[in-house]
Amino acid sequence: MATIQKAQEAVAIPAEVAREPKPRKLTWTPYAFMLPSAILVILFFFIPALILFYISMTNQSSANFSNPDFIGLQNFKTILNDRFVGKIFQNTVFYVVMTLTFFNVGLALIISLVTTHIERRAGIFFRTIWMLPRLTPSVVYIMMWKRIAAGPPFGILNQFLAPFGFEGVNWLSAQGNPWLFVILSNGFIGASFGMIIFTSAIESIPKELMRAALVDGASILQRIRYVILPELRWPLLFVVTYQSLSLLTSFELIWLLTDGGPGLYRTEVWALTAYKRALANYFGNAQWGYASAWAVFLVIIGVILAVVYMRYFRFNELVEEPKIEVL
Amino acid sequence: MEVVLRNLTKKFGQVVAVDHINLEIRSGEFVAFLGPSGCGKTTTLLMVAGIYKPTEGEILFDGRLMNKVPPQQRNVGMVFQSYALYPHMTAFQNMAFPLKLAGMSQMMQAERVKRVADMMGIGHLLDRKPGELSGGQQQRVALGRALVKEPDLLLFDEPLSNLDARLRLVMRGEIKRLQHELGITSIYVTHDQVEAMTMADRIAVINEGKLQAFDTPDDLYDRPKTLFIAGFVGNPPMNFFTVSIRRENGDYFAESEGGLRVKVPSERAEKALAGGLEQVIMGIRPEDIQMDESGTSENKGPVFSVEPLGRDDLIDVHIGPDSVFLLVDPLKRVRLDDIVHLEFDTAKVQFFDPETGKSLLWT
Repeated sequence: MATIQKAQEAVAIPAEVAREPKPRKLTWTPYAFMLPSAILVILFFFIPALILFYISMTNQSSANFSNPDFIGLQNFKTILNDRFVGKIFQNTVFYVVMTLTFFNVGLALIISLVTTHIERRAGIFFRTIWMLPRLTPSVVYIMMWKRIAAGPPFGILNQFLAPFGFEGVNWLSAQGNPWLFVILSNGFIGASFGMIIFTSAIESIPKELMRAALVDGASILQRIRYVILPELRWPLLFVVTYQSLSLLTSFELIWLLTDGGPGLYRTEVWALTAYKRALANYFGNAQWGYASAWAVFLVIIGVILAVVYMRYFRFNELVEEPKIEVL
Repeated sequence: MEVVLRNLTKKFGQVVAVDHINLEIRSGEFVAFLGPSGCGKTTTLLMVAGIYKPTEGEILFDGRLMNKVPPQQRNVGMVFQSYALYPHMTAFQNMAFPLKLAGMSQMMQAERVKRVADMMGIGHLLDRKPGELSGGQQQRVALGRALVKEPDLLLFDEPLSNLDARLRLVMRGEIKRLQHELGITSIYVTHDQVEAMTMADRIAVINEGKLQAFDTPDDLYDRPKTLFIAGFVGNPPMNFFTVSIRRENGDYFAESEGGLRVKVPSERAEKALAGGLEQVIMGIRPEDIQMDESGTSENKGPVFSVEPLGRDDLIDVHIGPDSVFLLVDPLKRVRLDDIVHLEFDTAKVQFFDPETGKSLLWT
């Protein structure tokens, strides 16, 4: 049998076709295709990053705008000696990890799983609603959260809790729970990104695979555990990577909601500090050099994380892996 | 296990996919659901598996009503067209999956999987993932996964459609042999009438959601109850002609408007005439038509097409507006536009009512 098969294969493939292709000449075509994105990356990432590195080693500020002094690593020393740098670093890690885990991945996954297992139109309707905050201007969105969290006699949350004998508190104050609201407000928007990715991935799992699992005796939780989640490996890694990097540099909702407060740096994150030093200084003295040094940390952490994700999760392999050969 | 379908119906919105199907499948029987694409045969199968809920009607396993029993508790094994192997699991893990879900110990799992894998001839492939297996090997793993839990009922959903012709032939024999040896009641969905004819004990022909017939392959072939069955079963398909039947000197002749004229057995002709129809549809299989080399037959016409099939050539002879397909020996070297004379063996001729499509010979 095997020999017959071999013989047939040998007949089927003419020798010229089967032979290894010759090493091709270097052509410019692939580079031409890469050019547009290369221009964008160079223009909007590499050049600004280089400028940032340079500015971070100067004392440029609104006082000496055109004539800054080169001061080496002085700014970085200042940052590391800052009383609050540890606090801000912890805040940033806390904020990224919590939002990512519970909302951008966790909640997104739950919404995707639920809305793909209910009636199709109801699922689409629910996901559409969940997208709305993303389309709402950030300022309006945060104003609504502020109304929800506001202290007595206004806060919507307090109104709901009042019948249970709750006295009411300004949730964004030190007596409330500002972190909860920072994470909720970011997470509700952030979840919609993962939701779209996960939903399309779940819906692209072949129907027959789910049917096979049903016949094999898998309950709904077992189907999620053994069939759906393994199929979501790539989308999960993509969302974790993409969202952790974007959370690391996001600050606008925190800035609008708590402005890093209450008190000293309760909810201040790294990117917000950099922004404030550069562009929103209370005294009108924008310290561009110093702020750039803060931002340099973010660039370095971001690049390191990206490399780690690529290596550790073997991104290349995952991208190349044929999803299902038999279709 | 005995399977009974009673008035089984499935509607998707306004569309009736399965329309009041009644079937009784005996224990250990191999039944094929045969029909064209979209006829409702897979929908019926999925209802038996418990994946679709019937809109109406009942499914009984050994007399027990199964309508509300979830698929997990039906103890059925299923083989899919796309194999539906879990891509991230090895062949072993795929086959052990139903056992693992049933809470069987690791040792028992390994033992059962090993035994089935050896039976299927895939014992050496167990640590490979589906992506590293050929189509035929994947299909064997899928079959192994269905068998490993020792099901009461095996369901096949066009399991061989994705395989190449040669492998299909091999697997066809293997599945039939395996089913025979294990004696597990089986339902096999296919649109390939050769598969159904060669494998099944009985065939349920389904068209537009309705059960057309439920008979042994021989009965379907020799005694088709409807025009649809006559045309669907058999390859190449039966020839049909619109004819009127006349009696001359005690013999009966079927004549088409295009000039075809053949003598038909009186017993069948009388049945065809009994309904008082002016015109009936006559069916004759290609293998019952021969080339008349003496050239005396009055039925003659030009050859319109010649399709070499290897063992035979399938030729299409035009007699007036009628097309007659028959098989001839390739050595006869029939060419296009040759005028050939045809001889009809009408012992197995079929007659149908042109209005209802029902057979005038069999009920």
